[in-house]
Amino acid sequence: MAIGVKVMRRPGSQVSYLRATLKGMALTLSHLWRPKVTMQYPEEKSSKDWTLSPRWRGTHRMLTDEQGRAKCVACGLCPQICPANCIKLVPGEDEHGNRYPLIYEIDEFRCVFCGYCQEVCPEEAIHVGVHYENAEYSRDRFVYDLERLCAQTHPVSTLWDPSDPKGE
Amino acid sequence: MTFFLVASVVKIIVVFTVIMVGVALLTLAERRICAWMQDRLGPNRVGPQGLLQPAADGLKNLLKEETLPAQADKLLFLLAPAMSFVPALLTFAVIPFATPLPTPWGDVDMVVANLPVGFLYILAFGSLGVYGIVLAGWASNNKYSLLGGLRASAQMISYEIAMGMRDCAWRATTTVAVLLLAGNVTLSEVVARQAQSIWFVFPLSLAYFIFIVAAFAETNRLPFDLPEAEGELIAGYHTEYSAMKFSMFYIAEYSNMVTASALMTTLFFGGWDIPFTQWDNAPPWTVVKTIATLAVFTVKVGCFLFLYIWVRWTLPRFRYDQLMALGWKVMLPLALGYVAVLATAIWILHALLGWSYDTRFGLVLFALNVLLAVPLFFGLDRGHLVAGSVAEERA
Repeated sequence: MAIGVKVMRRPGSQVSYLRATLKGMALTLSHLWRPKVTMQYPEEKSSKDWTLSPRWRGTHRMLTDEQGRAKCVACGLCPQICPANCIKLVPGEDEHGNRYPLIYEIDEFRCVFCGYCQEVCPEEAIHVGVHYENAEYSRDRFVYDLERLCAQTHPVSTLWDPSDPKGE
Repeated sequence: MTFFLVASVVKIIVVFTVIMVGVALLTLAERRICAWMQDRLGPNRVGPQGLLQPAADGLKNLLKEETLPAQADKLLFLLAPAMSFVPALLTFAVIPFATPLPTPWGDVDMVVANLPVGFLYILAFGSLGVYGIVLAGWASNNKYSLLGGLRASAQMISYEIAMGMRDCAWRATTTVAVLLLAGNVTLSEVVARQAQSIWFVFPLSLAYFIFIVAAFAETNRLPFDLPEAEGELIAGYHTEYSAMKFSMFYIAEYSNMVTASALMTTLFFGGWDIPFTQWDNAPPWTVVKTIATLAVFTVKVGCFLFLYIWVRWTLPRFRYDQLMALGWKVMLPLALGYVAVLATAIWILHALLGWSYDTRFGLVLFALNVLLAVPLFFGLDRGHLVAGSVAEERA
């Protein structure tokens, strides 16, 4: 045993081949009829064992007010805090002096889904969402503009609260 | 003569088609059963319950690129899949799968070739398939493949050599026991003998045990799938194969399983015999009898195929030295000793007491088998016989 092969010092009297084999066969056979854990994905998206966490941070969603306008006031905090620099915001101002975003785009490919934008937003306008089905046919479709962000309907993430770490 | 030719051609086509379809369904069965055993669902998307999955797999394999390693031995590389594929199918030719089918032109034996030397034919072709594996391993010019091929040949030789024949010794020896009882090497006769009295699994239960272990080794299935050993040899001999050539190795493996199961059925479980009845055993042959016996045969073969799958997804692979120890130190002497004991017993019953083979004869031998099995299974279970797996205790 020059190269350090570990030899099991197991006395023959403790070894079982046939009984162990039969035991194993009985076990696998019993599993044939047990309930299956597979979730059939496109049809079932959650099961009793597994659901998407409410704190899941997925692609963004912009909330709107009663008139259907984005709640965003173009304060500029989200592009400021964004560590991936993926939010493009060009502010505008209407005749009443209300600020609104002229251009609001999020590049979901650059986004690292940290959720800082949601955390920092004073108007609770931009949110990360509980959503993960994002397939598109071309790369530029992943730059979400304001209209698209407003049109999203998926639930928004619940952010982690330091004073309530378990979310209770 | 014309009738014989036509009937043979039809039988060949039908049997070939049925085996191919069966093999395709078997791959699906394997995947679904393994999934169920692992609390999964398995492939159930293509067609109802995934029944069209094999078709999708086949189509995919046909459309994939055929790769040819630059340093490979081209001729052997191309030949190897066929070499493993053809013997796997050929072996089935002598297995009787139903009672003769009456037609307006005469009875048709439900066996592709009712050879008088049926059993020897199986011995001859049974392990020809190893050439395919060895050639594949060699021609790939790949170290892992070569190791897989070498393992396959060593494994086969371990089972072959004692009889100096083409088949594994355990198998050949155990089948000698069958032949002692049957007194004939024609498989139809073996089946007829069992149909009239008691299935050979009772008088030859130990032989059956040895045979089933050997059959697993012969078909390179777990726990004896060392030539493949995906964990160690990255699929061994067929690492370098792609597309339909790869598929052919798979078809060969599964056809071997079908043939081995059919053989177990024929030799030990009465072939097409319907248990507890006699009406199916004797002429006049009718279509109903043919269909009924065919169904029974299919069910029996299906049970063995399920056993194959069941064992594969339960047991771990043997270590190489364990495999060799089991083959040479346990199974070979066991099989030879068993044949000696059994031949003596048959001689005593047959020649001295003048019994002919019937149920009483079978049950006496069954009692003998049970007596022999108790110490054997005790020794096997405690690992005393499978040396190499248990470290010798130093004083």
